[in-house]
Amino acid sequence: MDKLEKKTNRRDFLFTASYTVGAVGIGAVIWPFVDQMNPDRSVKALATTEVDISQIEPGKSITVLWRGKPVFIKRRTESEILEAQKVNLNELPHPEKDEERVKKSEWLVMLGVCTHLGCVPLADKGEYKGWFCPCHGSHYDTSGRIRKGPAPTNMEIPKYEFVNNNTIKIG
Amino acid sequence: MSDTPYVPSSKFGKWFNDRLPLLTLSAHLQDYPTPKNLNYWWTFGGILTFCLVTQIVTGLVLAMHYVAHADLAFDSIEHIMRDVNYGWLLRYIHSNGASMFFLAVYIHIFRALFYGSYKSPREVIWIIGMLIYILMMATAFMGYVLPWGQMSFWGATVITNLFSAIPFVGEGITTWLWGGYSVDNPTLTRFFSLHYLFPFIILGLVILHIWALHVPGNNNPIGIDIKKPSKDTVPFHPYITIKDLFALLIFIIIFSGFIFFSPNVMGHPDNYIQANPLITPTHIVPEWYLLPFYAILRSVPDKLGGVILLFASIFILLALPWLDKSKVRSAVFRPIYRIFFWVLIIDVLALGYVGAMPAEGLYLLIARVGTAYYFLHFLVILPFLSRVEKTDPLPLSISEPVFGGMPKPAMMKSDKKNKNE
Repeated sequence: MDKLEKKTNRRDFLFTASYTVGAVGIGAVIWPFVDQMNPDRSVKALATTEVDISQIEPGKSITVLWRGKPVFIKRRTESEILEAQKVNLNELPHPEKDEERVKKSEWLVMLGVCTHLGCVPLADKGEYKGWFCPCHGSHYDTSGRIRKGPAPTNMEIPKYEFVNNNTIKIG
Repeated sequence: MSDTPYVPSSKFGKWFNDRLPLLTLSAHLQDYPTPKNLNYWWTFGGILTFCLVTQIVTGLVLAMHYVAHADLAFDSIEHIMRDVNYGWLLRYIHSNGASMFFLAVYIHIFRALFYGSYKSPREVIWIIGMLIYILMMATAFMGYVLPWGQMSFWGATVITNLFSAIPFVGEGITTWLWGGYSVDNPTLTRFFSLHYLFPFIILGLVILHIWALHVPGNNNPIGIDIKKPSKDTVPFHPYITIKDLFALLIFIIIFSGFIFFSPNVMGHPDNYIQANPLITPTHIVPEWYLLPFYAILRSVPDKLGGVILLFASIFILLALPWLDKSKVRSAVFRPIYRIFFWVLIIDVLALGYVGAMPAEGLYLLIARVGTAYYFLHFLVILPFLSRVEKTDPLPLSISEPVFGGMPKPAMMKSDKKNKNE
């Protein structure tokens, strides 16, 4: 009886070990087939863009392409800055101070991608004089914060820096 | 399914059939006993098979001329339209074929809803059918992206962004689906690859769908179990083949009407503008066959909520055989279900209409009411109705109401106990 039990245990161990090695092996083979769909090296290489902003008048904005996505660079007027700063944070679905969203209050740099389903919002439209997404009706204010509509969060601020007074490096 | 097993007449046929019983299969398909009262709503199975084969054949030859690259795709479509011999015809068959495919599949699905074809013992047929339908939507969506027009690009952006609503892993999943940080060339090439693959998976599922159908046999307009073979059945060939062919002919005439006289009526003019990641069209709409689901998505003012309802509205159909527990299959004998069936049709059509309209004001209100009713129908009305509805008496056989005169009430199958006793 003792011998029989030992034999069974040994066989159980072999089964478990074989299944484990087999599962790890299958996983290791599947992973390359899954990971090949992630961004490749050439896509990742396009990570930064430098933009000349000397020609932008107050109240105007330009749109540049970064990683295949539009980036809005808006030179805000005094009244737009004031409006963005005086908003009561309790009114916001995604509370963020305007000061947290800009490096220089005159320049708003953000991804021009609606956080709902990825459309490009239209400038100077909507109930909060900021941006309005025509796809599903999200309204953003002059700081790019979501105020009304289905989008869950404010428009995203990409990593950027002022190289000098006339140039911004995104990414 | 005749009583005696099939034996091929020729010596070679017998030799071959003993090794691979293909001739037995073909004899089964010919003799397959079919209810003799099938109406024209039952011809859409054959029509759908025709649609699938048409899409595969036209898709195969279009792929010989199409180039799956973000810089070349749009031009290669115009190349097909202008330079390739009969390219315009092949492309219009393929693009309108998708719409006709969905038209037929919606009729097929609503036929199953009306006559209770999803009920025991046909649940597996229904589930396989729903899987085919879901794959069809995925295939059609990816196919619509391939011309790389504005609607292709922005449709792809909106639909892939649905996955970003998933908490924590959503962003990673969308980046993985895109192969980048936005819809771009890697997205296009993988969509092309999968658009080529999926129809063959559908073909495999269609074979399983028909196999599962041939186990219990066809449902029929009065929805009762019949003896097979009996005086209630006819052999599939030639009775059903000729009826299916006649219906197919009418279907092809309508199909040709679209191809030759209004090939772009179901498309969107914005898709003749090349994809531009900087400009969103003012009004993004999916293809017409996805509009009811799009309306459901937009009816919820919350991103994750909208996505959950969208997927729930599709997957709830998989559970239908267990939501509707009524023993009586056909709506012919369910006077109250019959009314709700038509209300559901109106509801889905209304959702489709508001899905094409801007999401504001009255349209949004209709979309919300429509969405609420859609779920109410499946989750509340059907389970409740199957308990309380007083169904009409069922005939004992298909022939009985014709040959037997008025059936004796005592002989009738009914929910209520026989009162006349």
